[in-house]
Amino acid sequence: MSRPKSRKLGGVVGTNVRRKEALDKLTGKAAYVADLEVPGALWGLTVRSTQAHAKITSIRRDPSFDWSGVTVITAADLPGMGCGNVVQLIVDDQPFLAEDVVTHPEEAVALIAAATREHAEEAARHLKIDYEPLPPLFDAESEDAVSFKDYLIEKGDVAKGFASADVIIDGTYRFGAQEQAYIENNGVIAWHDGSSVTVRGSMQCPYYVHKALKRLFDLGSTQVRVAQTVTGGGFGGKEEFPSLIAGHASLLAKATGKPVKILYDRAEDMVATTKRHPGRVKHRTGLTRDGKIVAMDIDVLLDGGAYATLSAVVLSRAVIHSAGPYRCDHIRIKGKVVRTNTPPNGAFRGFGVPQSCFALERHLDVVASKLRMDPVAFRRKNLLRDGETTATGQVVADAGESHKALDQALKQSDYAGKKKAFAAFNSTSRYTRRGIGVASFLHGTGFTGGGELYLMSEAGVALTPEGTVVVLAASTEIGQGTRTVFSQIVADTLGLPYALVDVADPDTANVPDSGPTVASRTVAVVGRIVADAAKNMGDALAAHAGFDRATPWSEARFRAAAKKWLADGKDSRFIAKFANPSKQVWDEKAYRGDAYGAYAWACLVAEVEVDLLTFEVTTLALTSAQEIGKAIHPRLAEGQIEGGTTQAMGWALMEDVVMKNGRMANGSLTNYVIPTSMETPPIRVITLERPYAHGPFGAKGIGELPMDGGAPAILNAIADAIGLSMERIPATPERLAAEWLASGRKPLIDERRDAGFAPPPRAAKSKARRA
Amino acid sequence: MNVKISMQANGAKRHATVPPMKRLLDVLRDDLGLTGTKEGCGEGECGACSVLMDGEVVNSCLVAACQADGAEITTVEGLAPDDGPLSAIQEAFWEYGGAQCGICTPGMLIASADLLSKDPRPTEATVRETLSGNLCRCTGYVKIIESVLAASRMQKRPAKKAAKKGARR
Amino acid sequence: MRGDLSQLKVSRPASLDEALALLASDKPPMPLAGGTDVFVGVNDGHPRAPWFLDLSALSKTLRFIRLDKAGLSLGAMTTYTDLRRSKAIATFAPVLAAVARDVGALAIQNRGTLGGSLGNASPASDPAPVLLALDAHVVLASEKGERSVPLHEFFTGYRKTAARPGELITSIVCPRTAGPWMHWYRKVGTRRAQAISKVVIAGALSVGKKRRVEGARIAFGSVSATTVRARHVEAVLLGETLSPALIAKAQETLSRDFTPIDDIRSTAEYRMHVARNLLGAMLLASGR
Repeated sequence: MSRPKSRKLGGVVGTNVRRKEALDKLTGKAAYVADLEVPGALWGLTVRSTQAHAKITSIRRDPSFDWSGVTVITAADLPGMGCGNVVQLIVDDQPFLAEDVVTHPEEAVALIAAATREHAEEAARHLKIDYEPLPPLFDAESEDAVSFKDYLIEKGDVAKGFASADVIIDGTYRFGAQEQAYIENNGVIAWHDGSSVTVRGSMQCPYYVHKALKRLFDLGSTQVRVAQTVTGGGFGGKEEFPSLIAGHASLLAKATGKPVKILYDRAEDMVATTKRHPGRVKHRTGLTRDGKIVAMDIDVLLDGGAYATLSAVVLSRAVIHSAGPYRCDHIRIKGKVVRTNTPPNGAFRGFGVPQSCFALERHLDVVASKLRMDPVAFRRKNLLRDGETTATGQVVADAGESHKALDQALKQSDYAGKKKAFAAFNSTSRYTRRGIGVASFLHGTGFTGGGELYLMSEAGVALTPEGTVVVLAASTEIGQGTRTVFSQIVADTLGLPYALVDVADPDTANVPDSGPTVASRTVAVVGRIVADAAKNMGDALAAHAGFDRATPWSEARFRAAAKKWLADGKDSRFIAKFANPSKQVWDEKAYRGDAYGAYAWACLVAEVEVDLLTFEVTTLALTSAQEIGKAIHPRLAEGQIEGGTTQAMGWALMEDVVMKNGRMANGSLTNYVIPTSMETPPIRVITLERPYAHGPFGAKGIGELPMDGGAPAILNAIADAIGLSMERIPATPERLAAEWLASGRKPLIDERRDAGFAPPPRAAKSKARRA
Repeated sequence: MNVKISMQANGAKRHATVPPMKRLLDVLRDDLGLTGTKEGCGEGECGACSVLMDGEVVNSCLVAACQADGAEITTVEGLAPDDGPLSAIQEAFWEYGGAQCGICTPGMLIASADLLSKDPRPTEATVRETLSGNLCRCTGYVKIIESVLAASRMQKRPAKKAAKKGARR
Repeated sequence: MRGDLSQLKVSRPASLDEALALLASDKPPMPLAGGTDVFVGVNDGHPRAPWFLDLSALSKTLRFIRLDKAGLSLGAMTTYTDLRRSKAIATFAPVLAAVARDVGALAIQNRGTLGGSLGNASPASDPAPVLLALDAHVVLASEKGERSVPLHEFFTGYRKTAARPGELITSIVCPRTAGPWMHWYRKVGTRRAQAISKVVIAGALSVGKKRRVEGARIAFGSVSATTVRARHVEAVLLGETLSPALIAKAQETLSRDFTPIDDIRSTAEYRMHVARNLLGAMLLASGR
């Protein structure tokens, strides 16, 4: 790991301070939503569609069941409750409760509240819903699939580009959905007293929920209060989905006048909530004979599920990143996200980039191999350099970091040494083969194009009566250490001890709308706003107390200045707004210009061993070099890289969302397998720091980049190991075996037939439980 | 038909009157107010519900209340006294970043504490294998394993001595 | 939906006799030991019975590992952790410790029992193929007395056993067999830990002078409705000299012993391909 340079004032930025939010998590005191005791709370339950596409012909209560003490709500009840049946997000197409038609399996059709879970479940069993099936569409590649959104990005003239190419290589790559599999299931508690609503729960974006509830109940901003409870993982799966569950719980709270808890169990959470968009990407790449990319034609198709949710934005990011960190004058990218009768797909770390990056980086290895070029040399030749332009024509001043990331990843993984060692191993190993693969990738920080201007986030700091500082931001802590990192930023901005700064709970009653905790923006964008506010506070307090601002604060002097400020009746809060520091210029119509304030660059080297008896793939090591501007907290930064890389490995090799009739058939942690500690290899992390001028202390976004390159690096390594080009993920053992057999290779043991019983040249190690 | 069960929970004698097939996990959380132990899956896959029962790590979502009658149970709340210093494993997790979102952490701490009490100087491979029943989605396990190895170095002796340093902030 | 488990009855016999008396009822309770399978059904709202027989108090009688001249006797409540820790197992049948290590993960190993696994008769049981290769038999007790059933006759269908109403598995016996036997086992799961098996192979082979196969017991799990002995393969091998041609013939014969299916975890094609590969690897290893 590269040693971060610490700020000249000494301070805590760049050091591994103890996390502020950790103690409660370590002692079992942290209150996740399911831990909250709410006297008198009812149990809320969602009755869901068993059909993929159908008219609801009737919803009947079985008269033999005693319905007293049970509240049932369907879409028909909403107008009478003064409620608008639309989940506010981007497109007004998703209802809280299906009206006349269900458009996906597990769509919410009715809500039930009762005193206990058992009673609510029993009531649900006595609610009869009749359907008249309609034809479903499950195949996103079907001609009949209807698009939610299309994009077209053009740079130069692809026809001209291809005309100048010596070689044109096509490829099609497919990727499955991925379940976020946060270990804490979705859950909320809602209160509605007739004129206002309060929701506490597991979520990433309190203000998204706030907006959705305002719309649902037609209430003003001060009549809706949303507060995040300690959240056990999100990864995007709690970005937009909580609006839906919060609306459900609030509706029941309004109807019953009592608090209502809705806590999903694992089965419900897996089948009913959003997933990563599956789909396919087609590449047509034109190159000169010596491996220079001269034209790229890319076609991105994503399966959005039944409602639009965030699909347009996922698609946007997917298309913008689909040409990767490479130089090319002639690019055309078409993208489309279509509707199918499956549960809506949504945000998951990477948000379209893992998908397009998988396709690109796998394709470029195929291209390099067809050109008989070393994949590393191929990348070096084509990676962008400082000052060159991306597919959208954005000048990237620091693109050279992509070369540094490549260099570092190759060096730390001992790529050259491994290639030799693996070749030797493969020539003598009886049943296993080793390989090494590379992926180069990038991730734009913050919202695309004018998105941050549109959000116009606010965040700030406030003085407590004791003269300490509290950060006010809607950014949530979901494992990435937001409370710690914001405290570090403010402490060093003001020149105060870390112990004097803390972060307020993200509660819409107390904190301004800093935008959602997504898009790798928490430190780079919101952290910058917080730093601006802190600077304003420092300047104002110094001026007011008559202190020279250039002289560093001491704790005593700060507290004195703070007390004077407050005693003189001044506002304790300093709120700043997003100031567009990078001065992005983006043309939304042409989809050209500065897509992001900054890109972060990365390279991943994956080493694998493939067992030719069983096609199990063991990841031997992962080496990740990530350029992140500045590591505010190096250990937290590494944690993000290690965790994201592991999720990418899971998606590449084992996480298979099996769909049957539009519904996830393997909705359990038994059958949807995520990596255990036995799958996860040593992960070497190298952080490169080239300060980003507009991030606090030079920091860029970090959370999603690690997710982007894992799948192609691993599949490239598999191809290196066994000469099998997988163009689809997850590359499960079943798919590898099928490809192997289809490629006409002999079943393995036959290859050894002539070797008889002679032991292999190097004796195979015998392990207690393996061949 | 409810049954009365008694157990030693974190060193204190506790009782509950519950249906015999109520899950130990729910008895701990709902009847005894020990909400530190979490439910992640209800199928014995994720280990978030791990507790020590008569000296062994078990998934409390798979144990019937009646089977816990007379047992000695330790949950995450029992790893350190309320107003006392943290245990070595908790200190190590704090220092070395073993927790991110924290939902798997109680189970991880229980499994780790159990390992260190039985094998005070485990190898990295042993730690990795012993924790394979505790799923984490945030960390990639890297810093969890580092934390356990650090705790094993911090412990001067085997068994349950808590670390002396426990400065909490 | 979890359902109302307050409706589930539990009896906790203090002795084996008490247990057998309860099992002699018209609608007998379902035995409950470690609960690692039974409770999954309880948790997802589909309990397998309304009445359970909690065997916890019978540990003294039913949880043991004994090695004597006749062989290895394992109490039905022996856990996987017991197998991993046992010196007798390490000496007599280390393959049992190997499979125990591959079941679930530590918390499951601490609770899961052999009796539970065999009584459950899941085709994905990890220890079942290993015990078949060890030529085990199951001892069943009831109010009427005791009887012994060879394990290869015990699984009668998908999750069905030859146990009669009123019977409880009390122990599993693996006899000592003459001559040097090589034991070989491999589980291919959905991942390296906490995994349901996709293919399990277990073999006991006695290969004498000049590579003549004197004995072969080969069993597979997760490829059929029950755990199976590969009888046709064994017949092809017995009395023959191990050679590449014989191994190839054995691999081709495998499809006569079972026809795997596609399911939520894997495919028929994969299972058959892997089963053939592992059979070949095992036979090659036995010939060295």
